[in-house]
Amino acid sequence: MPETQRPITLFEKIWNPHVVMARDDGACLLYVDRHLVQDGSAPAFEMLHQRQLKTRAPDKAFGTPDHYIPTLGRDLNTVSDPEKRAMAQALEYDCTRHHIPFFGLQDARQGIVHVIAPEQGLSQPGTVIVCGDSHTATHGAFGALAFGIGASEVAHVLATQTVWQQKPKTLRIDIEGPLGKGVTAKDIILAIIGHIGAAGAVGYVIEYTGETIRNLSMSERMTVCNMSIEAGGRAGMIAPDETTFQWLKDKPFAPSGASWDKAMAHWLGLFSDPGAVYDRVIHMRAEDISPMVTWGNSPEDVLPITGHVPQPCDAITAVKRQALEKTQAYMNLTAGQKLTDIQIDHVFIGSCTNGRIEDLRSAATVVKNRHVAKGVQAWVVPGSGPVKKQAEIEGLDQIFIAAGFQWREPGCSMCLGTNGDQVPSGQRCASTSNRNFVGRQGPGSRTHLMSPAMAAAAAVTGRLTDVRELI
Amino acid sequence: MEKFQTLHSVMLPLDMANIDTDQILPARFLQKPRANDFGAYLFTDVRHDGKGQRRPEFVLNQPQFAKARIMLARDNFGCGSSREHAVWAIFDGQFRVVIAPSFGDIFFNNALKNGLLPIRLNPAQIQQLFELVQHDPQTVCQIDLVQQMILIGTVFSATFEINAFSKHCLLEGLDELGYTLKLLPQIEAFEKSRSL
Repeated sequence: MPETQRPITLFEKIWNPHVVMARDDGACLLYVDRHLVQDGSAPAFEMLHQRQLKTRAPDKAFGTPDHYIPTLGRDLNTVSDPEKRAMAQALEYDCTRHHIPFFGLQDARQGIVHVIAPEQGLSQPGTVIVCGDSHTATHGAFGALAFGIGASEVAHVLATQTVWQQKPKTLRIDIEGPLGKGVTAKDIILAIIGHIGAAGAVGYVIEYTGETIRNLSMSERMTVCNMSIEAGGRAGMIAPDETTFQWLKDKPFAPSGASWDKAMAHWLGLFSDPGAVYDRVIHMRAEDISPMVTWGNSPEDVLPITGHVPQPCDAITAVKRQALEKTQAYMNLTAGQKLTDIQIDHVFIGSCTNGRIEDLRSAATVVKNRHVAKGVQAWVVPGSGPVKKQAEIEGLDQIFIAAGFQWREPGCSMCLGTNGDQVPSGQRCASTSNRNFVGRQGPGSRTHLMSPAMAAAAAVTGRLTDVRELI
Repeated sequence: MEKFQTLHSVMLPLDMANIDTDQILPARFLQKPRANDFGAYLFTDVRHDGKGQRRPEFVLNQPQFAKARIMLARDNFGCGSSREHAVWAIFDGQFRVVIAPSFGDIFFNNALKNGLLPIRLNPAQIQQLFELVQHDPQTVCQIDLVQQMILIGTVFSATFEINAFSKHCLLEGLDELGYTLKLLPQIEAFEKSRSL
């Protein structure tokens, strides 16, 4: 055992043993345990090929297409843009020639990489996980240090199995108390972002602690960690516990037999020591959190569903006032308007934030025996093949279909529309995804972020709705 | 990677916080290979109206900033998606420096790997720069990476932080991967020590 007596954080317990070496300027070369690659990785493989480099540890990588694939069927030829089609094809080609394990489009286990890695037991406590996608923080729900990287860094990891990082600061967000009726993990993270701002955690790794977090399921923990990046955080993490171990047990890529016992011995020590010092600590109370909805073009533009579109005259600075006016013009909203008066055209239930089975159950509960409002186009895009299959076993697909939803194939889909699944210009979408940026779901699209239950409520009423009135 | 040492340029004032990488380079261009001129898509949905006409009120369309090679912005520039294409769009759009109070972490790292210098200044300094540009859009800003200095005649001077390694790479036009490949023996030793 190390003789260090100083209590340390969960983050340090993961960071320290992964440091291969430190540079004079403080940057550390971190060893990567798991590298997830998706169909946006072609530029990184191209960088590798230009230098005639091989993948150093293909068994530590894992690939699946999710961004560029069709969700109406599984035929890649239905993606009309040849460049987009080529992205999904390139991943299969690159994974094959680099000997990287790969779940292709025809594989029943395919799905959004941040949904299937946990599903398969690839995301494990105490590990460093990277992916060329900013929502990699999702895997922090398992007590891993997981973060998104750019294409050059993807190439760097492929070639060296390491990545250079400046040591981030630590931010603890502690939430206590029971969640109210209709309040979900999505509302927790939206409330956090509203509280600290979209830049609130820049330079920090967030550890979520407290009774409220402890009581969340793995699926809910993933939703919270997933959107750490929307608060500016490098990563988000939750200490592993019995909930985590139960999830991992018997998963295909999780350790088994003697390896499981050895892993458990390590995992049981992965918590922040009592008295460990964080650079910053924030306390919140679960009872203060309502069902939340965004009204603007940053996830920090978020309010309880009972709220009103803000008044620009209330802004503290001229820059903020101008920004508010611009946002409201883009979103076609009026200052002071009740959020529940906002009519919607589209509903998107899915994404790496909210595309898991519990999300679909939560939405189906609201949708059951109701019908999608006239003029609203509503989609459910399961996060993975196994999520879709499980939903069909439970009959959730029939509930959605009977209500007038489209029941589609797994993928990133309308979260960012890279495969062509877009919200048309000028139309408004109630979305369970993670970003409401200008043009995020398609040029001119208007996005309101919310939980699956809230999106389901919006689908059946045709406007933003307080789900508590329907349950 | 292109070398960066010094630069004299007017500044493009992007007076907004939380400028995300979806705005800088919309997702529908992500499938294009690096050989493309991503500068052609830089801020394209902000720059153009629904009919594809340039919006005159957007600073990138204003002739007095046509030669700007420095972007000036507010908090959290480059937040959101990890797409390196956002950096490519800014670089191909002929910009070599972005000055802001804070940056999205992934964007910041991506920039340094592509010859784009991200400079953090405090909000008061940023405010002063915006005021100088507002007063005279032709204000020329001088960036000196060796000295880690920003100068505007006698009216503004500031030093900025950059880690020594990134500075070295930018000054010499080197990339990190070449450096790390020389460390493979250390990486191998680390792997062996872990598997014991």
